[in-house]
Amino acid sequence: MEVIPQVAKGLQVTITVLLASALLAYLLAFVAGLSKLSNNVLIRKATGVYVEIFRGTSLIVQLFWLYYAIPMLFGIQLGTNWWIGVIAIGLNYGAYLSEVVRSSIVAVDKGQSEAATALNMSSFQRMRLIIFPQAVRMMLPEFGNYTILILKSTSLVSLIGLHDVLYYGDIIRSTNASATPIVYGVILVFYFILALPLIWMTRKGEAIAKKGAASS
Amino acid sequence: MTEPIVQYRDVYKSFGDVKVLKGINLDIHAGEKVAVIGPSGSGKTTIIRMLMTLEEPTSGDIIVSGENLWKMEKNGKEVRANEKHLRKVRGDIGMVFQHFNLFPHMTILENCMTAPIHVKKEDKHEVRERAIQMLERVGLGDKIDNYPSQLSGGQKQRVAMARAVVMRPKIMLFDEVTSALDPELVGEVLEVIRDLAQHEDMAMVLVTHEMDFALDIADKVLFLDEGVIAEQGSARDVIEHSQNERLQSFLSRFRA
Repeated sequence: MEVIPQVAKGLQVTITVLLASALLAYLLAFVAGLSKLSNNVLIRKATGVYVEIFRGTSLIVQLFWLYYAIPMLFGIQLGTNWWIGVIAIGLNYGAYLSEVVRSSIVAVDKGQSEAATALNMSSFQRMRLIIFPQAVRMMLPEFGNYTILILKSTSLVSLIGLHDVLYYGDIIRSTNASATPIVYGVILVFYFILALPLIWMTRKGEAIAKKGAASS
Repeated sequence: MTEPIVQYRDVYKSFGDVKVLKGINLDIHAGEKVAVIGPSGSGKTTIIRMLMTLEEPTSGDIIVSGENLWKMEKNGKEVRANEKHLRKVRGDIGMVFQHFNLFPHMTILENCMTAPIHVKKEDKHEVRERAIQMLERVGLGDKIDNYPSQLSGGQKQRVAMARAVVMRPKIMLFDEVTSALDPELVGEVLEVIRDLAQHEDMAMVLVTHEMDFALDIADKVLFLDEGVIAEQGSARDVIEHSQNERLQSFLSRFRA
């Protein structure tokens, strides 16, 4: 069987793009999620524009924008293909996850903030010590789910010439059409095995979320 | 008599078009135990929530230890208090809530330690000892490493009281602290309040429906009706000698 080692050559790209774009997405999620709760109207509005644009349009088109359109329009290269893939996926899922961050913070029971005020905490201490730790617990399952989605979206980077597992599969298929079923079967299994720890982490997250957060 | 520790001066509070408090004037002295009674919706809870800075008065002043709680001086002008001012003035006030509001992500002991350590910057070991002592005093010495979700309502409320007392407030506010409890758990919470009232020299303001209990421990009783203090005085004066018809009919509902 030539297929498994061939496809496995793409694992490095799939996994590194997954990790990097997930990290970028988490980072953006917290920045944008907190910005949406800012007292400053301008910050809220600007964040809203980012979130709605990236949630409201297709990830493939965003990827092609960064890869083809922006270099043509502005004459700048955003980085290697790997970076462009990471940035596109990170921006896209960061927008979705920012809503998870925002809604989790809002969902912490108002009594928690009041009790913290009664203990004379500052608004920053209320957020850091009381609200945020509980909100994070509520976020965990959704973060797990979206990370699984990010894994599956990494397959799009084969469209901008990155050598991930799907790319190597396509190559085998184009030279040996009769292997098509086995090639895509192997790729499915690869994605599933990669998703297993994420699925497990999501379960774990749900268990943690169940205890330790007061929701209204 | 010494200067009151808290003074309400002509305090009004509206929520939208609803006028909840219509001119509250009230003095609370150091160490005084005050019970606030009255029908639902009369504004009892709002009175203490304004003192805890959870609601801002629509007009009027609340003076705490000589400082205006909701107003401050800026460039010689009186302006709305900012957070720094609120924190400075409310530092001696603590509160216990109807729904406990324990922090569910912390153990019982951590619930009691977090504010003294982070807000008052006190020594961790000293705070820990004080918190354990306080939890033992409310009968929960064997639960310090449990999480709030593992406790009964009565136990939660006792933790909430310990958490507030560890901050050493000069004024403690109790907002219907037994209303959310099963009847058989009310007694253990009242026991703790009685203990605090007898052995701590802090002022206490109790908003409550536990009429007999309130009248028993209070130095002063306020009867709040339709947003004003309709009657105030010692428990005996208010109960036995008041001519106020609405008060009498309110009290009669608590007597079988």
